[in-house]
Amino acid sequence: MSRAEPGTTRLYHRLMVYLLFIILLLPLAGTLLYSLATSWSASLLPSGLTFKWYVALWSDPRFLAAFGQSLLVCVGALLLSVLLILPLLFVVHYHFPRLDALMNILILLPFAVPPVVSSVGLLQLYGSGPMAMVGTPWILIGCYFTVALPFMYRAITNNLQAINLRDLMDAAQLLGASTFQAAFLVVLPNLRKGLLVALLLSFSFLFGEFVFANLLVGTRYETLQVYLNNMRNSSGHFNSALVISYFLFVLVLTWAANRLNKDKS
Amino acid sequence: MNSIKRSKWLASLFLLPFALFFIIFQIAPLAWVAIHSLQAESGWGLANFSKVFQSRFYRQAIQHSLEISFWSSVFGLLIAILGSYSLRKVDSRLRDFVNAFANMTSNFAGVPLAFAFIILLGFNGALTMLLKQAGIIEDFNLYSKTGLIILYTYFQIPLGVLLLYPAFDALREDWRESAELLGANAWQYWWNIGLPVMTPALLGTFVILLANALGAYATVYALTTGNFNVLPIRIAALVAGDISLDPNLASALAMILVGLMTLVTVVHQWLLKRSYHVAR
Repeated sequence: MSRAEPGTTRLYHRLMVYLLFIILLLPLAGTLLYSLATSWSASLLPSGLTFKWYVALWSDPRFLAAFGQSLLVCVGALLLSVLLILPLLFVVHYHFPRLDALMNILILLPFAVPPVVSSVGLLQLYGSGPMAMVGTPWILIGCYFTVALPFMYRAITNNLQAINLRDLMDAAQLLGASTFQAAFLVVLPNLRKGLLVALLLSFSFLFGEFVFANLLVGTRYETLQVYLNNMRNSSGHFNSALVISYFLFVLVLTWAANRLNKDKS
Repeated sequence: MNSIKRSKWLASLFLLPFALFFIIFQIAPLAWVAIHSLQAESGWGLANFSKVFQSRFYRQAIQHSLEISFWSSVFGLLIAILGSYSLRKVDSRLRDFVNAFANMTSNFAGVPLAFAFIILLGFNGALTMLLKQAGIIEDFNLYSKTGLIILYTYFQIPLGVLLLYPAFDALREDWRESAELLGANAWQYWWNIGLPVMTPALLGTFVILLANALGAYATVYALTTGNFNVLPIRIAALVAGDISLDPNLASALAMILVGLMTLVTVVHQWLLKRSYHVAR
């Protein structure tokens, strides 16, 4: 824009952006303050500041176990997703481009079917019998694969389109590589960064998943979100420390993904 | 040509593991729900559905779900429109920072969000106390419909900004200048050019927000320990509650929710095809 905007318009836009920022920040800032407060009731500001709630949280073995179990389930689910989705995408784009239209409809399913609906069927199908998985982390890993699928599929597709898959494969094969070698040694390294960004972002939203975890597994393999919900009756300060710790962890992940994404372009 | 055929056949083998997992964890549960929604004690039929629509309790759940979703989507969309339009007009440092922050807060939902709101706006919340002392409000109940609409609106805002921010690309600055040159004022420009161009994107974002709120379970569950009557809470209570389990009735409720979500998804896909910023 070459033309200078009038001062009042500029001020208005700045104000709106600050307002948006404050609205989004307020619950977080409140929780942060609460987690650092010795006690806080019926006054504008807490009476004193302390780290004791964080110390209590990070020395609670149940919290550490839930944190570790969340990590395991999410990493497991993402490994499974990569193992299933990468070959699928490669085959679809290289051999059966027409399947992409079908896939684009299929990946709408996890979006149109909320986890609470899937849970109804999952509980009945895998509650007992030959495929009894309810109450184990395995069912979560499978479900999280479907949660991550739409996002991962789109993200990797965008990357595949950007690297010109067909030319790359043809060039590699012209130089004597087999299809397998070309896929592994030429295409995969080119996808590395985009894949990492997709994985980091998927991880950050899988880490916050509660519905499947609570309905299908609950305390039998407690994840962080279920732990948080089960701690509802403990001190609000303790819970705030938990919320802030969780958010900071996710913040670091999304920040890393953002940085990587910027480096790429 | 035989080797190409063979390699295609081999390649299709790679589709199998994906298909297997997708069927186990996505298709089969949905199929179970669809089939059992039609099964009642009396046999096959729509008995479950008529039970749902005859019950005042379940009708209330559907109505609450629709009301909360609708209003939180309207408010979320309005704030997102004002915010993301202004975001484009400020200097890039502020813009990048607030954009990145909005991105990050989109992960702040569910149980942690409910807890943050209890601390801030619960009965003894800091903000509730502050507003009470200032005499602005008499009382505030976060655990009510109004409270839930505020809470839902909060988690709609980041998603709305995320979806709308790129959509404003469709508005070209030279259109505005041309309109001005031809004597249009700001209102005329927005009414005749800006709004019609943006309509598909705005409606598309609105339906996504609607779906986002309709399916939300964690936030309302964590806030009210499952005591507020909305559709997802009712479904879960019928399969995992401790009072009365009725998976078939749960399936019927679930199919109603899926029906609403499918409608939303279809409308969104249709709008996506007509919107300016995606088509070009």
